[in-house]
Amino acid sequence: MDAVIEIISWFLLIGGGVFCVIGALGLLRMPDAFTRLHAASVIDTLGVGMIIVGLMVQSGWTLTTARLGIVLILVFFTSPVASHAIARAMRHREVEPILSEDRTGGRAGGQSTGAG
Amino acid sequence: MMFAGAMLALLVALALVLVRVIKGPTVFDRVIAGNAVGTLSVLILAVMGYVFGRPAFIDLAITYALLNVIGTIAILKFFRYGDLGSSEDEVDF
Repeated sequence: MDAVIEIISWFLLIGGGVFCVIGALGLLRMPDAFTRLHAASVIDTLGVGMIIVGLMVQSGWTLTTARLGIVLILVFFTSPVASHAIARAMRHREVEPILSEDRTGGRAGGQSTGAG
Repeated sequence: MMFAGAMLALLVALALVLVRVIKGPTVFDRVIAGNAVGTLSVLILAVMGYVFGRPAFIDLAITYALLNVIGTIAILKFFRYGDLGSSEDEVDF
C-alpha cells in the first residue's frame, strides 16, 4: 500500500513539474500576449492540480490535506478570473491578436468577429 | 527525493517565467508573467513545506494565493482606468 502511494505521488509530482515547465516554455516562446495567456493557463490548471493532488496523496487523511484542498479550490476559481480580466483589459486597450489569415472580411480596424 | 525533483522543475519554470517578466514588450505580458510567478510561488511554498518537514508553510501558500489574484486585478484596474479609485459605475472585469 505504501508503494502504491509512493508511485502515485511520484507520478503526480513529476507530471505536475513537467507541465509547469511546459507552461513556462510556452510563456517564453509564444508570439503574442493572447497565446501567452493560453500557455500560462497550463500552469494554473494541470501544474497546480497535479502537484497539489500529489502532495495530498503523500500526506493522507490529515489537516494538511484539507489545507492543500483549500489552496487547490482557491487557485482553480481565482486563476480563470484573473485570466479573463487580463484578456478583457487587453481588448479594452486594443491589443490585437496575431491572426494567421485575415478573418475580418476586409474591414478596417481588425475587429475579429469570426468564430474561427 | 521526489519533492526535490518537483522543486527543481518549479524553479526552472520560475526562471523561464522571470525571463518573460524582464523581456515582455507590453505591460500585459508582464502582468501575465507576474500572475504565473505568483502561482508558481504558491506551489514552491507548498512543496517547500514537505522538503523541510514543516507543513505549516501551506498557510503561507494560502495567503499568497489570496494576494495573487487581488494584486493582478488591482494592476489591471490601474492600467485600464488610470487610477485605482476611479468612479466608473460599471466595473466589468
